[in-house]
Amino acid sequence: MRMPLVAALICFALPAMAGETAHTPVFSTGDVFDEATGETLYAGICQGCHMPNGQGAAGAGHYPALAKDSKLEAAGYPLTMVLHGLNGMPPFSERLTDAQVAQVVNYIRTHFGNSYADAVKPEDVKALR
Amino acid sequence: MENGTAPGFNRRDLLTIIGLAAGSGAAYQAMTSLGLAAESSYKEPIQLSGAPKGASVLILGAGVAGMTAALELRKAGYSVKILEFNSRPGGRNWTVRGGDSYTELGGDTQTCGFDPGLYLNPGPWRIPHHHRGVLDYCRRLGVQLEPFIQLNHNAYLQSPRAFGGKPQRIRDVKIDFQGHVAELLAKTTSQGKLDAGVTKEDQEILLKALQHWGALDKNYAYTPVPASEFRGWDKPRGGGAGGRPTPSQPIALTDLLKSGLWAALENFFLYDYQTTMFQPVGGMDAIGKAFAREVGDLIRFNAKVVRIQQDDVKVTVSWEDAKSPGTVAQEVADWCICTIPLPVLAQIQLDAGPKLKSAMAAVPYASSVKIGLQFKRRFWEEDEAIFGGITFTDLPIEQIGYPQFGFNRGGKGVLLGAYQYDSPRAFEFTALPPAERVKRAVALGAKIHPQYEAEFENGFAMAWHRSPFTMGCAADWTEETLAEHYEDLCAFDNRLVLAGEHASYLPAWQEGAILSALNAVERLHRKALGQ
Repeated sequence: MRMPLVAALICFALPAMAGETAHTPVFSTGDVFDEATGETLYAGICQGCHMPNGQGAAGAGHYPALAKDSKLEAAGYPLTMVLHGLNGMPPFSERLTDAQVAQVVNYIRTHFGNSYADAVKPEDVKALR
Repeated sequence: MENGTAPGFNRRDLLTIIGLAAGSGAAYQAMTSLGLAAESSYKEPIQLSGAPKGASVLILGAGVAGMTAALELRKAGYSVKILEFNSRPGGRNWTVRGGDSYTELGGDTQTCGFDPGLYLNPGPWRIPHHHRGVLDYCRRLGVQLEPFIQLNHNAYLQSPRAFGGKPQRIRDVKIDFQGHVAELLAKTTSQGKLDAGVTKEDQEILLKALQHWGALDKNYAYTPVPASEFRGWDKPRGGGAGGRPTPSQPIALTDLLKSGLWAALENFFLYDYQTTMFQPVGGMDAIGKAFAREVGDLIRFNAKVVRIQQDDVKVTVSWEDAKSPGTVAQEVADWCICTIPLPVLAQIQLDAGPKLKSAMAAVPYASSVKIGLQFKRRFWEEDEAIFGGITFTDLPIEQIGYPQFGFNRGGKGVLLGAYQYDSPRAFEFTALPPAERVKRAVALGAKIHPQYEAEFENGFAMAWHRSPFTMGCAADWTEETLAEHYEDLCAFDNRLVLAGEHASYLPAWQEGAILSALNAVERLHRKALGQ
């Protein structure tokens, strides 16, 4: 039940600009995310809740920290969370491509004190859709 | 319209033709369907009485749903208490004014710098005329309303990819779209291409109707002179010598179609946004405050719920005083109405069955951002004659909402400088620090109103996923999740029932909160009476 938006019917998605960084935010143009790299995807989406250094946050409930997170060891867990969501975590399967999901999962699994070397591929994402 | 857009044909002729063609039954039918359209699932004030002696209800959350439930249950004779996480009543029913301080998740604190009398409604900001529950409580609780203008023909539709980024008046897009469509359809009709589906008699009526609706000339063409009666003139009508106006030129059909600006027109046609809409005078929180005048004595503020236990006879809720963390107290009651937003509730240790728990886990909350910007002068009124209403844009700010009060008085004003709901932009703005959100909203809005740069003073940016008390804006149901989980989410689980906008078919609306609370209260009362 999404509210109607001007952009809802206009999908002139532009390719993410080369050289984009977390310091020059990308604003997507359509209903899907235009960010292309793990770093910019994290900066444009994830850090809204999980915070810029993956430290999470706490209020009436909490957003789990991704920093030094042993739950990230099995790549299937973050892949499933990003695709399908759970509890407060929204699903992103319709707004991110397989390549984008792989990029952002690889990013969080190799940053914020995580160093899991087994990078996921877009095919791994596809299998979990 | 005195000069008429359809020479030789007036409104009375049209009605006569419709009357002849359809007969008087059509009028009756129209009235009946109008009556049905006015129906709401809200009928009248709920009348509960005769609560079992000593029966108690604990309500979690002092938002609109929680306070509605509290008000009605106490009236029915229940002993009622409310636990509220915030230090104020209202929940998302909230207004931010100068001096207000707010710390979002992540720790960024904003102190609002608006001048006295100016405000931002970071949550709900408008009330449809068919939200009978909200309107009834406003009337009963003495909340004064004023119009909220959804469609201002003089506000803009804008896209960086259309007309070189130059904003177009909503009037021009709406009327030119109607005019071109009317001309095309009239041409098709005149050429006999509609013969298969439309009788000759109806084609005649249709042609006349298109002439009226689409500002067509006597040849059924969309041309500047009759069109100007709808869309205004290039040189406006004057008084005295030289007062004769110059007609305006419609936007060409191909430019209009390729602009994509027509996509925003649904914002004025959808049921939820049709005139008349309302807002409370002085800020949306007038509603929350009015409820709190009734039930404020029942509220324990700064209470963070950490555990909800229940058995066959009672509910026990453990809560922590936010002012002295680590101190856990308990509240026991016969029944519990829980209005805690689902992203928060899903993390609280809760005694409930698997159906309710799966339902809670399956409903994410939409991302949404609202940014209030204060300007030194009301340039949108003074320079551009925009009094209230909303500009829709394909820029990342998506909307600019103009203040819906204090028209034409001069002085400062606060605009809604961005409003994203559940779009990628909502996430992307949330991910920025508050000051950066404001800075971006100013830079982007300046592409529509260049006056921004000289007139901007200060701003306040609310990103709902960073809200400590909701962790999101509102329930984001889909047809699939509704089918699978909605009834489970609303069902009693032993002695506990959920209420709030998320437990309604009007998610994100205060009406949904009220209707779900009333429904929960009714069912609770029946259970308590053993019915």
